[in-house]
Amino acid sequence: MSKPSKKFDGDPNTTGHVWDGIEEFDNPMPRWWLWVFYVTIIWGIGYTIAYPAWPGIKGATTGLLGWSTRANVQADIDAAADKLAPINAKLEAAELTQITTDPELGPYAVSAGSAVFKTWCAQCHGSGAAGAIGYPNLLDNDWLWGGDIENIYLTVRHGIRNEEDDDARYSEMPAFGIDYLEDEQIDAVVNFVMSLSGEPKDASVVAAGAEVFADECSACHMEDGTGDREQGAPNLADAIWLYGGDYDSITETVTYSRYGVMPSWGNRLTEAQVRAVSAYVHQLGGGE
Amino acid sequence: MAILDKHKILETNATLLLVCSFLVVTIGGIVQIAPLFWLENTIEDVEGMRPYTPLELAGREIYLREGCYVCHSQMIRPMRDEVERYGHYSLAAESKYDHPFQWGSKRTGPDLARVGGRYSDDWHLDHMRDPQSVVPESIMPKYGFLEKKKIDGKYIGDIMKANAIVGVPYTEDMLENAQSDFMAQADPDSDYDGLLERYGEVNVNVRNFDGQPGVSEMDAMIAYLQMLGTLVDFSTFTPDASR
Repeated sequence: MSKPSKKFDGDPNTTGHVWDGIEEFDNPMPRWWLWVFYVTIIWGIGYTIAYPAWPGIKGATTGLLGWSTRANVQADIDAAADKLAPINAKLEAAELTQITTDPELGPYAVSAGSAVFKTWCAQCHGSGAAGAIGYPNLLDNDWLWGGDIENIYLTVRHGIRNEEDDDARYSEMPAFGIDYLEDEQIDAVVNFVMSLSGEPKDASVVAAGAEVFADECSACHMEDGTGDREQGAPNLADAIWLYGGDYDSITETVTYSRYGVMPSWGNRLTEAQVRAVSAYVHQLGGGE
Repeated sequence: MAILDKHKILETNATLLLVCSFLVVTIGGIVQIAPLFWLENTIEDVEGMRPYTPLELAGREIYLREGCYVCHSQMIRPMRDEVERYGHYSLAAESKYDHPFQWGSKRTGPDLARVGGRYSDDWHLDHMRDPQSVVPESIMPKYGFLEKKKIDGKYIGDIMKANAIVGVPYTEDMLENAQSDFMAQADPDSDYDGLLERYGEVNVNVRNFDGQPGVSEMDAMIAYLQMLGTLVDFSTFTPDASR
């Protein structure tokens, strides 16, 4: 230690540290600061006793308060479920067709269904349910598998063409372009399909296309092209197109077919949630 | 003051100070980390966990390469709102074969811990090609180039070996058949019985994920996404209450 240098009256002692002749006064910590420091130490010890902390041989101490993240989240979930249990039970017991008209269930199902829709359905069908190419618009009157609430419910619950649910709605259009129809036949039938709802690209082959349609397509899409909801075969006579209604898109559909898949939501959502979202979709505008 | 006087030795010897600081930090680290290796409830046993199949592992490598973790976390926190939105909260066991894990905390996009099976393969394809085509409000970039790059799994066995070294239970059988399993998973017309035998019947998806012949990076990516969070059978899971 270097020798403390000259001090003035009233100066505290120095710490004895010297750096290039610069010394440091040995001022005590403010008393309030010191006490806060001691309190935090005591608090810290208390905290590790109250909450899970100290590791042992097999597990850590569980703490005097018995705190558990998992128990907390379960309690939160249970509390919310308990609160909704009576109305959910009513929703599950109600006739599907009566839900939307019921003064109590209707508003509940629609707002609960709206929340379910925005969490689980919006990614494909859009947050406003207007759909996207390949994902049906749920606002219009055009339904692939039926637009009454029972059919909507079945679709939501089991999904379409998925592998996880044996009751999923299923149908498969053949890929007509692969070892099946000639290119001219496809060209003709595409033009015929276009003529059902608008102008064909090449009017001269429409008649030939009608024959191909009657042979190959009418079993599912019906002779007049209005489709069959039993098989999820779309109506081709309206101007609503799931995969596009221009020549190229329809040619692609006929050549390679389409295979839209919807997951089974009965596996993931509760019965009440499935019913609620069915009611929500039903009242969007197209419900029958 | 005796000990404070000794402190001067440290303060005036930079190397000694460095060595001793390192010692202090090491002790602190050991106290925090070491117990996790012997506490039995660090990773609880759950039914259903299996190592990634070769194709899924390749998808995971692409996920890392493209930096998906920068915007997507893979951990559902134990809170009611998270559970309502994403599904059951994540368990430590669910990422025990992840090297490195993808938990993350940055959620520019949604959490992906349980995205498996939530959407169709077609949706993933559309969404990768052009995210805004299905989710107009999305700011995700396009990853359509993944489907153009064909991959043959030539090195996937090496990646599996590296994983095996750090503790992923890949068997000799799995390592030997890595490349054929890799190709089989994306081709439902192939003979994939061996793949199912090695990795399990229930939770291995064998599909042509991108709908096109051959195996592309898109196949691997979708195979990976479609299995995320689907392995644990929660009907047999009883949460250990002490956490």
